[in-house]
Amino acid sequence: MNALRKQLDALKKPFGKGQKFEKFAPAINAFDTFLFVPNHTTKKGAHIRDAVDLKRTMVTVIIALLPALIYGIYNTGYQYYIQTNTPFTFIDAFIHGAWKIVPMIIVSYVVGLSIEFGFAIYRGHEVNEGYLVTGLLIPMIMPVDIPLWMVGISTAFAVLIAKEAFGGTGMNILNPALTARAFAFFAYPTYMSGNKVWVSEASTVDGISGETILGSLAAGQDVKYSMMEMFQGAIPGSIAETSTLWVAVGALILILTGIGSWRIITGGILGAALMGMLFNLWGVNALMSFSWMNHLVVGGFAFGIVFMATDPVSAAQTNKGKWIYGILTGIFCIMIRVFNPAYPEGVMLAILLMNVFAPTIDHYVVNGNITKRKKRWTQAQNLKTA
Amino acid sequence: MEIIKKIQTRRGARLNIKGEAEKVFTKTPSSTTFALKPDDFFGSIPKLIKKEGEEVKAGEPVFYSKKTPQIKFVSPVSGVIEKIERGARRKIEKIIIKKTSSADAVIHDCKNWENLSQEELKALLLESGNWPLIQQRPYGTLAHPEDTPKAIFVSTFSTSPLSPDFDLILAKELSAFQEGINVLNKLVDQHVFLGIDATHPEMFSQIEAVQKYSIAGPHPAGNLSLHIQELAPLNMGERIWTVNPEDVANLGRFVQTGHYSPQRTVAVCGNAVENPKYLITKQGAELQPLLDEFEYLTSDNRIINGDVLTGSTSSKAGHLGFYNNQITVIPEGNDYRMLGWLPFKDNNILSLSNTSFSRLFKKNGFEVNTNLNGEERALVVTGEMEKVFPLDIYPMQLLKACMVEDIEKMEALGIYEVVPEDFGLIDYANTSKIEAQEIIRQGIELMINEVG
Repeated sequence: MNALRKQLDALKKPFGKGQKFEKFAPAINAFDTFLFVPNHTTKKGAHIRDAVDLKRTMVTVIIALLPALIYGIYNTGYQYYIQTNTPFTFIDAFIHGAWKIVPMIIVSYVVGLSIEFGFAIYRGHEVNEGYLVTGLLIPMIMPVDIPLWMVGISTAFAVLIAKEAFGGTGMNILNPALTARAFAFFAYPTYMSGNKVWVSEASTVDGISGETILGSLAAGQDVKYSMMEMFQGAIPGSIAETSTLWVAVGALILILTGIGSWRIITGGILGAALMGMLFNLWGVNALMSFSWMNHLVVGGFAFGIVFMATDPVSAAQTNKGKWIYGILTGIFCIMIRVFNPAYPEGVMLAILLMNVFAPTIDHYVVNGNITKRKKRWTQAQNLKTA
Repeated sequence: MEIIKKIQTRRGARLNIKGEAEKVFTKTPSSTTFALKPDDFFGSIPKLIKKEGEEVKAGEPVFYSKKTPQIKFVSPVSGVIEKIERGARRKIEKIIIKKTSSADAVIHDCKNWENLSQEELKALLLESGNWPLIQQRPYGTLAHPEDTPKAIFVSTFSTSPLSPDFDLILAKELSAFQEGINVLNKLVDQHVFLGIDATHPEMFSQIEAVQKYSIAGPHPAGNLSLHIQELAPLNMGERIWTVNPEDVANLGRFVQTGHYSPQRTVAVCGNAVENPKYLITKQGAELQPLLDEFEYLTSDNRIINGDVLTGSTSSKAGHLGFYNNQITVIPEGNDYRMLGWLPFKDNNILSLSNTSFSRLFKKNGFEVNTNLNGEERALVVTGEMEKVFPLDIYPMQLLKACMVEDIEKMEALGIYEVVPEDFGLIDYANTSKIEAQEIIRQGIELMINEVG
């Protein structure tokens, strides 16, 4: 370890203060701090600090994402082989999926991190770790056959417009990964919706029907999957959102480590269940009478509410606000699904909508505290003058 | 007398650190120099009375406050002004007094002090140098002599890490303590409040003329901001005064004897100290002889004037802070940790986060050091500050208001009700390594300059 440390220190020399490549220090630091937690000590304020830092937080989110990602890679191959009636093994399916998805992850990381590094050097701050999560989320919520260049452009749009334009990490209003998806959704609708995109090679191989459950419901067709299949995730859909089971494992990791807000997740499930039940009572078309329990396990709802709605930067920040934000996200998700057959997948739009309203929710929650304080002041004033 | 309120909090954290001082007094070495540090008196600018080389008696004024010249700061010992240390722009950092063998002291006539009017008593305390023992809220500055506070708070229960035990410190000082309470009662509009440990309230059962309340819960349950919020919430324009418990006894001893009494009982603690114990010295004592009384387990140490969350960095050549009852010595942490950002790695580091198993281990206390355990980052994680902040205030929103210097918002969000030390645990716990205490301190400075 010491030898490696010495090598690194030698390597970092030209990036030191007053040296030739000082400007590029954030870039080399980003790599160095991944090998070693630096030797920085406290300079002011508290003299001791918690072991947790942003790197650890973000890596925890990535760990929580892995079960859904691995299942998503497998399911990509599974859907392809099962619909073409080709005999296959687990490994075959996995390799087929990895062949499609790994390049998407690489493109997303290369494009996104290049922009992040560029801005870090330009603004002279360290590279924030947030993109490690965003960069993995973007491919996970795309349809499998989307061309790589679209992944690249969506990523660039999300990082530049949704994040850096607002001042970088911690300042953005919208969740960057969802912005990337929304951009692709509206810019390249033929690649992002319809019944030819949700299974690998569906657009080229005739035998494959690439329709999602919500898509067929919106078209007024019957659903041919059982609730158990929907829960396990062996259904067509965006890459990693199909398996509620593995999303739930991720949710458990996020909640137990305290990284993801259990308030938002619980609120979201409550809101969606409530809205689903109301529609069940109403029940005039196939989407409305689709059982509320099924609503919770199909489509991107579970993935969105666990991994996207809980993004602390774009979500509500107060505890009370998180409940309201979660519940409303759930309600709007089901409402958009049911009322607007053109957008059967409501969770993306619901979360983006609530991202916009999160600061307003917080404003009213915090205002409650302010009003209480001011009331106390006036009471004290009245008492004095009385 | 009965307990008027039981304050109980759950939000906060008890940091289980090794090196608590054993409840034993070690022999007190004789310090040769003593220092007054104007920085200990937040918000006041010093104007010197004495010059370098001049002689001073114990209790004789050395400097006064520029904005409120009535407030005088006196020498704790008799001796010679050895040195006046200045920093950038000739700011006075330290006035070092070398103690001589003479026992000259300024004596004030305190007989019949009970019969003095409030104004006369204030004048006596100002002239004798006792006034700086009293601090005020909002802001945590020195009390203004022309104010009459709504209440005065004294808390004998501290929850800060390795905090000194005031039961031990005051055990033999109860009569002086009672006298000090009597002095405070003459200065206050309504009540003097006395906070006591809910687990053993017996010690102060004889103390009278106070409103007693008990406190239980993890740090920062012992912080006065919480007690004030619960018992006499501070409104705009109001003043509340606070006094350190040992200084209540010092005030009492002053009116009993007429001598300025600068006694300080200090817990020398921290996981770098081999057998941490208490000792008794005076305000501003030189640290070297005190620290030489102890053996150390590590060689590269940080000496902290105060506790690990709110204290200021000092050195062996440094001097005890004016209000401090604690010196903490912990090892410096300037080393690298390979892949230390992996969750559940390095569980030997004390962590409040569930991304570490640390809380499951080491029931007998953690070795802590000064490593930052990461680097400063943008504010991302939410909700973690509220977990360690028991006040009815939104800490992150207040911090953000301070960062953008939005005075109106700072007021509305409760800047009057906090002092930097309330944010000590937030400094410790926050993921982004934000310097919350520093932000609040600058916010308060802004308030003093703009609003007053």
